[in-house]
Amino acid sequence: MSRAALLVLADGRFPAGGHAHSGGAEPAVAEGRVRDADSLAAFCRGRLHTAGLTAAALAAAAAHGLDPLALDEAADARTPSPALRATARKLGRQMMRAARATWPGPELDALAAARPRGAHQPVVLGLTARSAGLGPEDAAHCVAYETVSGPATAVVRLLSLDPFHATAVLARLAPDLDRVAEQAAEAARQGIDALPAASAPLLDITAEAHAAWPVRLFAS
Amino acid sequence: MSVRARARLRAVPDGRGGTALPVLESAGPLALRRTRSPHPPYARVTVVGAMSAPLNGDRLAIEAEAADGARLTVDAAAATVALPGPRPDADPSTYTVDLTVGEGAILHWLPEQLVSAHGSRLHQTTRVQLAPTARLLLREEQILGRHGEPTGALTTRLAVHRAGRPLLDQQLAYGPDAPAGWDGPAVLAGHRAVGQLLLADPLFEDAPLPACLLGPTAALTPLAGPAVLVTAVAADARLLRGILDDAMRELLDGLKESFED
Repeated sequence: MSRAALLVLADGRFPAGGHAHSGGAEPAVAEGRVRDADSLAAFCRGRLHTAGLTAAALAAAAAHGLDPLALDEAADARTPSPALRATARKLGRQMMRAARATWPGPELDALAAARPRGAHQPVVLGLTARSAGLGPEDAAHCVAYETVSGPATAVVRLLSLDPFHATAVLARLAPDLDRVAEQAAEAARQGIDALPAASAPLLDITAEAHAAWPVRLFAS
Repeated sequence: MSVRARARLRAVPDGRGGTALPVLESAGPLALRRTRSPHPPYARVTVVGAMSAPLNGDRLAIEAEAADGARLTVDAAAATVALPGPRPDADPSTYTVDLTVGEGAILHWLPEQLVSAHGSRLHQTTRVQLAPTARLLLREEQILGRHGEPTGALTTRLAVHRAGRPLLDQQLAYGPDAPAGWDGPAVLAGHRAVGQLLLADPLFEDAPLPACLLGPTAALTPLAGPAVLVTAVAADARLLRGILDDAMRELLDGLKESFED
């Protein structure tokens, strides 16, 4: 594997559009459930071990070479919120564009042709990692990290939280991130039926509420 | 002494517009009774708890099938309370529900709440196989702790396949065995009652319902396949049931001809 390729893929500046999304942090801030670094940490930890684990395992499975269309279907079944399905496909489409420019390959072309409106983002990211010569753990790490870095960055803007404190939250989650990535990759190696489906009821509920806001800072 | 029990039931059309139950096998703490159905085409089965269960270490299972064209309602006489039992070192208990709904068949699976008592450890799994024209109404409610006590350790998985393809797959994990964050602002935010109401009907293929909020902590969402899911969290079992009952009434009114002919 190329460690540098992993840095390129995981870089927040990788042009895949993730910066426009708060990962559910915007409605959580609006409802007062996230108001400081401690509640941000609890939010991130909960998201990581639920939606984060599920997405990381889908990415690991795609990087491992499982059928991306079957994984896309598995992702749909794991995403009851239509707002979150639409977000995942939009981000998947943007990731696909960036991926085909950076690490082009026939598997990416095939998925893009089969899902012109976008496949679920973790599946695309996993296939991108595969195209870049990275492995399931790498893909899982990227997705797990995105699961918490998105909300942390968003909360800096939404609450004017000190960026040092937000980054400290992420640093303290490092052992959890490693564990989730390892769990995700382990499940991916056992096949599609072993993939976790961990979910977070409030993230699903508030995603629908947030999608109906007339004015919002983040797309999701 | 832990209990292993597998109860089974099978519903088939009786040829006279009603539904017969050629298989109705109780097992251990899971006693199955045929009860009077308010809707004549439906057979109704009530699960009556014959003893306190599950205790840690118990392995309970129910298999229910609504064969092609059958109409079946399964409900329960009381909530299921997962309890720690006498052995502190016992494995978690398991409670596995396998449901099969055939072509043109209807299953209403409406058990009472699952209460996770302090010290209990339970893995619940519900697997559903739907034929393409099957209809399903399914409710699950998890109550984290009896009144005023901390919750036990509870994991649930609800996996529904339709025509062999995944329709819904959800795993929930709460309590002392769950990874940190389960009680935090992304997952439960202190709520102690969590519920799902799933309605799968081929009619949704051509006329999907739009997503809508059912108050601040509940939402109705159309799945990628022909089904809707209500997800709700609430402070307690009573408030949760209120939300799910209202949603169920509205959904069934909307599908009157589909479900009550």
